[in-house]
Amino acid sequence: MSSDIYKDIILDYYRHPRNFGELPNPDVRAKDSNPLCGDVIEMQLKINDGKVEDIRFQGKGCAISQASASMLTEVVKGKTLDDVKALGKPDVLDLLGIDPGPTRIKCALLGLKVLKLGVYGYLGQTITEEVKQLV
Amino acid sequence: MEKLTTINIPRIREDFPVLQRQVNGKPLIYFDNAATSQKPKVVIEATDRYYREYNANIHRGIHKLAEEATLAHEEAREKVAKFINAAHTEEIIFTRNATEAINLVAYTWGRKNLNKGDKIVLTIMEHHSNIVPWQLLAEEKSAQVEYVKIDDEGRLRQDEIQELIDEKTKIVCVTQASNVLGTINPIKEIGRVAHRYGAKFLVDAAQAVPHMKADVKDVDSDFYAFSGHKMLGPTGIGVLHAKREHLQSMPPFLGGGEMIKEVHTTGASWKDIPYKYEAGTPNIVGGIGLGAAIDYLRKIGMDNVHDHEKEITSYALSRMSEVKGLVTYGPKDIRHRVGVVSFNLGDIHPHDLASILDEEGIAIRSGHHCAQPLMEFLNVPAMSRASFYIYNTKEEVDVFINALEKARKLFAR
Repeated sequence: MSSDIYKDIILDYYRHPRNFGELPNPDVRAKDSNPLCGDVIEMQLKINDGKVEDIRFQGKGCAISQASASMLTEVVKGKTLDDVKALGKPDVLDLLGIDPGPTRIKCALLGLKVLKLGVYGYLGQTITEEVKQLV
Repeated sequence: MEKLTTINIPRIREDFPVLQRQVNGKPLIYFDNAATSQKPKVVIEATDRYYREYNANIHRGIHKLAEEATLAHEEAREKVAKFINAAHTEEIIFTRNATEAINLVAYTWGRKNLNKGDKIVLTIMEHHSNIVPWQLLAEEKSAQVEYVKIDDEGRLRQDEIQELIDEKTKIVCVTQASNVLGTINPIKEIGRVAHRYGAKFLVDAAQAVPHMKADVKDVDSDFYAFSGHKMLGPTGIGVLHAKREHLQSMPPFLGGGEMIKEVHTTGASWKDIPYKYEAGTPNIVGGIGLGAAIDYLRKIGMDNVHDHEKEITSYALSRMSEVKGLVTYGPKDIRHRVGVVSFNLGDIHPHDLASILDEEGIAIRSGHHCAQPLMEFLNVPAMSRASFYIYNTKEEVDVFINALEKARKLFAR
């Protein structure tokens, strides 16, 4: 039995989230929720020399929101803040390996939004409309 | 008592064009009827005929089309009145939906009659549409809102009904059937308690009128609200039934055309009821469509509708109890519930579950079901909900159960 949306990789990250938990003394924290599903994601980042030195996330909600957030933490570790700012919707869909469709896309993009809120917040920059529109 | 007629479900299914549809390569199984029902051909054709043959504005036009349209719209009002056993046709106010009907009462009766310190009694299982208008009114008037709680089976607590309704209570607003728990509430008894203290009694009948015999005379409600689209009718048409004496004494709701007798620069006077509460060009086609839906439901017979739904619901509840890790909410006794079954399956998020079922062509609802106070009370962040109607079958329930098993196995890792 298989599901088109729920690829093994999504369920694996949902059941065994990587980088889940609390980061001691993070340089920045960000949190947001998706009112449709009630998904909540919080990210904590340790930033050093313009790079994401370490990252953890916490949250609850549907499998798509939690898996995509976890996958993103792996991707951005070691990347520059500019790299993080450049991430977009296609990158998240690539990670998930599916297009969740119009009703669930907000679940998929919540992690990215929180990540960007954190980075923009750390840099003291105004959040772009594009980021606001993510969820 | 012996049943006089039985209903032919395959024949009924043929009346609903959308049921022929495939979703994701599978036959559509529509279990989201508490959100909105599907529409039979007779309703689609009645609305189509209006636009093709006699589209006109009503009440004032002195020409053939206007006459026909007015007649059809007013006939629909009569059909509604008979369908819910109203004492008078002019007690039927057309609104956009049940939400607007409840708001109408809050804004007109409520604003005129509520004072500081007065009490509005609701229940914890109300839909947001029967909470938020009262919260707004209470804030404006410095009144209080109190909520009757439920027991472990999702039934209103009798002790709280007796305790909370008192001399300070000006209105009691209760859903006839819960859109989450499926509970059918003893509205007649609650109304009696309200009236004993001189309070008005409003019933949110959005989940009841489509599924069982409605009788506003028997219930003795002051206000009774429901939506057309949940009972096979079009969206955008709803009904407020109110006792004639209330409608005569309440101030108007929206001002504008259609609702006035005379307008001068110094002021205006109002038309008689029901028109006093129907400003602007109404949803003419919506009314006509609702009339056709009522004809269709009457032909089947509301007792038959209710019996069929009880059968499907009790079958669904029994099959769902076989699914490991599945929890259902609401009364165990089928006599106390409508065809709504809310549930959770293990720790699968309801939105994940809805997506998996959608892949199988099954439409259910998931989330907080516009009843956040109830979800908070139950301490459940979200639920999935299957809700049935006359065209649903046991075979569809079987497919649904298989899909639940598939989801369970998928997430069991």
